[in-house]
Amino acid sequence: MAAHGEIRYLTPLTVDTKKKKYCRFKRSGIKYIDYKDPEFLKKFLNEQGKILPRRITGTSLKFQRRVAQAVKRARHLALLPYVTDLMK
Amino acid sequence: MNHYETVFILTPVLSDDQMKETVEKFKGILAENDCKLVNEELWGLRKLAYPIQKKSTGFYCLFEFEADPSFIKKLDIAFRRDERVIRFLNFRLDKYAVEYAEKRRRLRAEKASQTPAEPVAATEEAVEVKEK
Repeated sequence: MAAHGEIRYLTPLTVDTKKKKYCRFKRSGIKYIDYKDPEFLKKFLNEQGKILPRRITGTSLKFQRRVAQAVKRARHLALLPYVTDLMK
Repeated sequence: MNHYETVFILTPVLSDDQMKETVEKFKGILAENDCKLVNEELWGLRKLAYPIQKKSTGFYCLFEFEADPSFIKKLDIAFRRDERVIRFLNFRLDKYAVEYAEKRRRLRAEKASQTPAEPVAATEEAVEVKEK
């Protein structure tokens, strides 16, 4: 009976090989993040318009700070909302 | 002398002439305090992401200039005193920002020479180029 207890899969399990995250600013050599471009900044926001954490976007600390700064400037100028639903 | 950038939003209730006059007024303030105006952009009437003073649109205007740090306080006060300005932002550009601003200006100039009057589209394309 012990042999039946084991779970057998018909297709071999695809174990996700984790994709290495990278900082897109470092990779593409962007030095300055423009607050005037809300469409670009939306990539770093969730549905409610909150800033996504680094562990999800993979941005390096240096650029996360700059992203945050840019998002906050854009919010102040009403280019991005402070709170919202279903932004994308 | 530092590089500064300022964006302000005017109320949409102004007529075209009043709006131009307000922009001229602030340009005048810059000139009076011997600032070097590097760039000036009028983004036109845009929708706000959230209402400010119960208004859902606003007239955006951007200045880029070189000025003394002491001038910024004065500019701040001038913006606060003017009730036609519903929102403003002044800040100093760092060296990367200056570089980017120059590039942006060049791109906009090229764009303007090819197809006149497309202010919003120009900025978006500038970023696409940057991403590659």
